[in-house]
Amino acid sequence: MEHKKTVAKLLLAVVGMFGFGFALVPLYDVFCDITGINGKTKGRYELSDAQNMTVDEARLVRVQFTTSNNESMPWEFRPVVSEIKVHPGKLMSVDFYAKNPTSRNMVAQAVPSLSPSQGIDYFHKTECFCFNQQALGPGEEVLMPLRFVVDKALPKELKVLTLSYTLFDQPVVSEVEMEQGTFNLQIAAH
Amino acid sequence: MSATAETAIENTHSDEHHGPAKGIARWLFTTNHKDIGSMYLWFSFIMFLLGGCMALTIRAELFQPGLQLIEPEFFNQMTTLHGLIMVFGAVMPAFVGLANWMIPLMVGAPDMALPRMNNWSFWILPFAFSLLVSTLFMEGGAPNFGWTFYAPLSTTYAPDTVTYFIFGVHMMGISSIMGAINVIATILNMRAPGMTLMKMPLFVWTWLITAFLLIAVMPVLAGVVTMMLMDVHFGTSFFNAAGGGDPVLFQHIFWFFGHPEVYIMILPAFGVVSQIIPTFSRKPLFGYHSMVYAVGSIAILSFIVWAHHMFTVGMPLFGELFFMYATMLIAVPTGVKVFNWIATMFRGSLTFETPMLFSIAFVVLFTIGGFSGLMLAIAPSDFQYHDTYFVVAHFHYVLVPGAIFGIFAAVYYWLPKWCGRMYSEALGKWHFWLSFVGMNLAFFPMHFLGLAGMPRRIPDYALQFADFNQISTVGAFMFGSTQLLFLYLVIKAIRSGEPATDQVWESAEGLEWTIPSPAPYHTFSTPPEVK
Repeated sequence: MEHKKTVAKLLLAVVGMFGFGFALVPLYDVFCDITGINGKTKGRYELSDAQNMTVDEARLVRVQFTTSNNESMPWEFRPVVSEIKVHPGKLMSVDFYAKNPTSRNMVAQAVPSLSPSQGIDYFHKTECFCFNQQALGPGEEVLMPLRFVVDKALPKELKVLTLSYTLFDQPVVSEVEMEQGTFNLQIAAH
Repeated sequence: MSATAETAIENTHSDEHHGPAKGIARWLFTTNHKDIGSMYLWFSFIMFLLGGCMALTIRAELFQPGLQLIEPEFFNQMTTLHGLIMVFGAVMPAFVGLANWMIPLMVGAPDMALPRMNNWSFWILPFAFSLLVSTLFMEGGAPNFGWTFYAPLSTTYAPDTVTYFIFGVHMMGISSIMGAINVIATILNMRAPGMTLMKMPLFVWTWLITAFLLIAVMPVLAGVVTMMLMDVHFGTSFFNAAGGGDPVLFQHIFWFFGHPEVYIMILPAFGVVSQIIPTFSRKPLFGYHSMVYAVGSIAILSFIVWAHHMFTVGMPLFGELFFMYATMLIAVPTGVKVFNWIATMFRGSLTFETPMLFSIAFVVLFTIGGFSGLMLAIAPSDFQYHDTYFVVAHFHYVLVPGAIFGIFAAVYYWLPKWCGRMYSEALGKWHFWLSFVGMNLAFFPMHFLGLAGMPRRIPDYALQFADFNQISTVGAFMFGSTQLLFLYLVIKAIRSGEPATDQVWESAEGLEWTIPSPAPYHTFSTPPEVK
C-alpha cells in the first residue's frame, strides 16, 4: 500500500528527529569548543609544552581570579591572591583556598569560565583543581593549586583575563553517584 | 461467477452506507474523520474555556497592585498551565480538528489515510490533559516554571509533579505526531484524480507544511522533556552545570522546537484566511503560487531563528546579528502573504459576514503582532523588552487575533457545511465585535506596560502600572465572557438554525461545497474528477 511507504518514511523522520534532539547535546559542546563562545576553558595542557615555551619578558598580562558558590554550597572558597601580572609563556602557579565549615563530609566540583572568551584558546592549564572533585571532611580546609601559562600568541588587544570558578555541591552517597562523579571528571578534563 | 462478484460488490456498498453507531460507542470507537474532527473541536473548546479561566484568574489578581486573591505560588501555576493548555490543548487540537473535517472534503478523499490511528491520536489527548491538570490537586501543586519550562527551574527546583507534566507532554507529542503523519499521508496519497499539488486549496497546503513542521520538532520536544526526566530522576546532568551540563543548552533545544511551534500554530490560520477572503471578495486569491512559496519559506526559516528568544543569555555578537537578520528575513514572506490578502480584497465585491469579519481582523491584528515581533527581533532593543509585558502583548497579538480568530473564522465558514444549518448572523457579529474590542482592550495596553518596564510572570507590580492593568483586566473579562455567547450561538445553530444550502456561500469554491449540507457521514466514496 502507498500509505505504508509514506508512514514508514515519516516514522523514520520522527525517530531521526528524536535522535537529533539528543545529538544537539554533544553538538552544542563541540560547537562551543570550536568557537569558544561558552567561556568553557580547555582541558589539561601538556606540562612539557608549557615548559618549552619561551617567555615574552616585554609583555605583562593581568590575570584576575574570582570565585562564587552555587546557591546551596556552604563552603568558604576564595583565591589566595585575586590578581597577578604574568609574562606570556611563563608557567605560573596560584592557590585557591577552600574550607568545609559544615559537620558532614562533602564533595565539591569547581567549574571554570574565562572572560573575555577570545582568550580561551590562549589560556593553558597544566594543573587545575577543577580537573578533579575535591572532598573535605567536617571543618577541613585545603589549598588547591592551579598551574597555568598564558600563550605568547595571545592577541595584543587582550590585556586582562578573568578566570572565574563556581563551586558546586556534589552529593555523594551511593556508588551510582560515585560513577557519576568519574563521568563529571572526564567532562571537566575535556 | 459474475453473480457472486456482483453480490460481493453490493455487500461492500451496503457496508459503506452504514450510519454511525449509536450512543457513546460511536465516539469511542469511531474512525470517521468527521466524528473525530468534531471531537477535536469540542475538546479544544473545553480546553479553551479552561485555559481562559486560568487567564482570568491571572487578570483578576493583576487588577490591582499588591496581592489580593491568590498566592504567588498559585499565580505561577496559573501562568504555566494557561500557556500549556492554550498552546497544546486549545490551538493545536482545534487546527487538527479542522484538518480532520476539511482535508478529506477538500482533496476529495473518503476519509483520512489512517482512520484507526486517527481515533487513537484523539483519545490520547483527554488522558494527557487529565494528567497535566490533575497536578493542581496534588501536594506541591501544579508545574510552576512557565510554559517554557526552563532548566533549572523545571529540573533542580521543580515541584514533584514535574513528572506528570513530562509524561503529559510525551502523550501530547505522540498525539500530534500521529495526527501529522495522518495528514501527510492523506494529502500525498489520497487526492482526487486531477488534483495536482498546485491545485490544492491553500488550507490543505498550509496543513501539509505544518504537518512536516510537527514531524520535525515534536520529537525534539519529546527529547528535551526526556532529558529533563533523566536529570530529575536518573542523576544525569544534561542541564546541570555542576555535572558538566549547561542550562543554556536547555534553552537552545527548547527553542529549536519552540520557534517552529509558533508557526505550527499560525500557518493553518493563514490557510483558513486564504480560503475565506476570496469567497467574500468574490475574486480568486491573489498570487496563489507566491502564497504557497511564502508558507514554505516561513517554515524553512523557522528552523534558523530560534535563538532570538534568548538574546540576553550571553551570545557572541555574531550570534546576535545572525539571529537578528534571519528573524527579520521572515518578515519578507509574511509581508507577501499580507500583501496578497489585501490585493485579493482590492476592488472585490466585499460582503462582511462573520467569517470575513474575523478574517479581516486577522489580517490587521496579526500584522500588528508581526510588527511588535520585528521590534523584538532587533537584538539591541530586545535587551530592554526581554521578559517584559511587551513580549506578552506581542505573542498574544499573534495568537489571539491570529490563531484563535483564524479558528473562529473557520468555524463560522464551515459550520453550515458540518451541521447543515446556518448560525445567527446577528449573534455572530455580536461575538465578533465583543471579541474584537475585548481582545484589544486586554492586550493593547500590555505594549505600554512592557515598554514602561513591567516584567512578565509576576503577581504584583509597581503602582504606576495600575491603570493599564485595570483596562487590561476589564478587556480580558469582556473577551472571556463573550466566548460563552459563541458556545450558545453554535449550539443554537446546530439545534435550530436555518437550513443551509449545499453551496452555503455565494461564491465559495472548492470540493467541500459540492457535497450536500450537512455533509453525509460518508463522502467521496467514489473520487470526484478535478479539472
